[in-house]
Amino acid sequence: MEAVRETTIFNVEKIRKDFPLLGRLVNGKPLVYLDNAASSQVPQPVLDRYVKYLTEEHSNVHRGVHYLSQVATKAYEAAREKVRRFINAAEAAECIFVRGCTEGVNLVAASYGKAFIGKGDEIILSSMEHHSNIVPWQVIGSENGARIRVVPMNDRGELDFEAYLKLLNERTKIVAISHVSNSLGTVNPIKEIIAAAHSAGVPVCVDAAQSVPHFPVDVRDLDADFLVFSGHKMFAPTGIGVVYAKREWLEKMPPYQTGGGMIRSVTFERTTYAPIPDKFEAGTPAIAPAIGLGAAIDYINSIDFAAAAKYEAALLQYATDLISDISKVKIIGTASKKASVLSFVIDGVHPHDIGTILDQQGIAIRAGHHCAQPVMDFFAVPATARASFAFYNTRSEVEQLADGIQKVIDVFG
Amino acid sequence: MSDLNELYQEVILEHNKNPRNFGEIDAADRRALGNNPLCGDALQVYVKLAGDSIADVSFKGSGCAISKASASMMTEAVKGKTLRETLQLFDEFHRMVLGELDVEADENRLGKLRVFAGVLEFPARVKCASLSWHTLRAALDGEGEISTE
Repeated sequence: MEAVRETTIFNVEKIRKDFPLLGRLVNGKPLVYLDNAASSQVPQPVLDRYVKYLTEEHSNVHRGVHYLSQVATKAYEAAREKVRRFINAAEAAECIFVRGCTEGVNLVAASYGKAFIGKGDEIILSSMEHHSNIVPWQVIGSENGARIRVVPMNDRGELDFEAYLKLLNERTKIVAISHVSNSLGTVNPIKEIIAAAHSAGVPVCVDAAQSVPHFPVDVRDLDADFLVFSGHKMFAPTGIGVVYAKREWLEKMPPYQTGGGMIRSVTFERTTYAPIPDKFEAGTPAIAPAIGLGAAIDYINSIDFAAAAKYEAALLQYATDLISDISKVKIIGTASKKASVLSFVIDGVHPHDIGTILDQQGIAIRAGHHCAQPVMDFFAVPATARASFAFYNTRSEVEQLADGIQKVIDVFG
Repeated sequence: MSDLNELYQEVILEHNKNPRNFGEIDAADRRALGNNPLCGDALQVYVKLAGDSIADVSFKGSGCAISKASASMMTEAVKGKTLRETLQLFDEFHRMVLGELDVEADENRLGKLRVFAGVLEFPARVKCASLSWHTLRAALDGEGEISTE
């Protein structure tokens, strides 16, 4: 009964009609879009909202007394409130709009780091981080004389929790770990990671770029201190992302960028800053993309996200079963809890060749190091091919991927 | 699939499987490292000179079928050539993969290397085909390392 109910709740064919791009041909074949971990597609209601803003409501925010500026400000702040509800933050002011997840990590690393990370301190990262959750910490680490410590993983791509606990000590100033690995798909036990860090008095910054598009995330349930994500991986336009941070941290942190919009008063001698969130939003923000993100959240809420997450998990399992059955294929990342991502290699075939041959069949995957070179080094591969799913993908597409992989093997004999 | 067959021709697949002149030259006069940061591919080219000719040339590294076959066929093509001939070949190859040289219509000395003309239809793969050539050129120019970016 349960299975029947799920299929009736989640109607993927109906969902697909909301995404105009999914209907196009690529290389003469119907597109099979399996590069969602890089960027997801945008549904019509988000496009409509974006266009409506630019055609009817656009002006600068927080500045004008005129009508349009007020309309734009209201729409922009309404998007912030949607973000708040989406991640269950205590208040909208704790949700800072940034350009994307990368800028988000840079903001936290630079601003928190400036105030709280000093000589001899330690920053804990994990061995499966995206470069965007490594390099900003390295930079602040080398500027301030702090050291990077790395939580190891096993050959299934699961973090070693015991080793993590041992790394936490009185010198640890922050733990920065991804919720879901972009290269392996591992879902990390982030709530337990945060609880352990808090027991040691250490705040945690969660890279949620690959989790928020795939299942509900509640910052207060997790008790995350910082949580960053991008809009363009969750059905919104590019150019917008979010830093969630607890008010207590944001109030203690210096601004990341300075200029207009983030001040209370300026003289040539002294500047006082605006309250949060404005303190962290110097300059004119990405107004239209932020409103687009708000519309993407409305869209996610409209489709029963929990049902979509279940559907997507079943799809990933189906893909894993089909593809692990093909001889010469090895799946990289076999954690017991995974989301969205299926990374694989084919014996004797470079991932770029896999990517090109699949592309000729209209199948879009990513081939490369996925901005996670340490992960590639760990598994001793130069690169992997990565299929990554969204709730609009179908079982038929998974089957086409499996057929496509067989075709790759045939070409290379 | 005709485009695909154009890219993955039999000769390319064969060189990918059995690359020629693969490995280091101990007494190399020139060497360079070529990186394609987009895909993480890295290959090294080694050159031994005799006067103004290439007495021996080899390569090492990991890469896709296109970059490996291109490196393999490049070493075969330039071995024994003068530096001047090699640079001419570099120029013709470069123009071919960018679509500036029509291998049928324009005079050229590319010979077997013409199989890489098909890469033109795959813009994402042009750098794969040209990485070894840029690395060879860097080695001859005395530059230690190059990047396709």
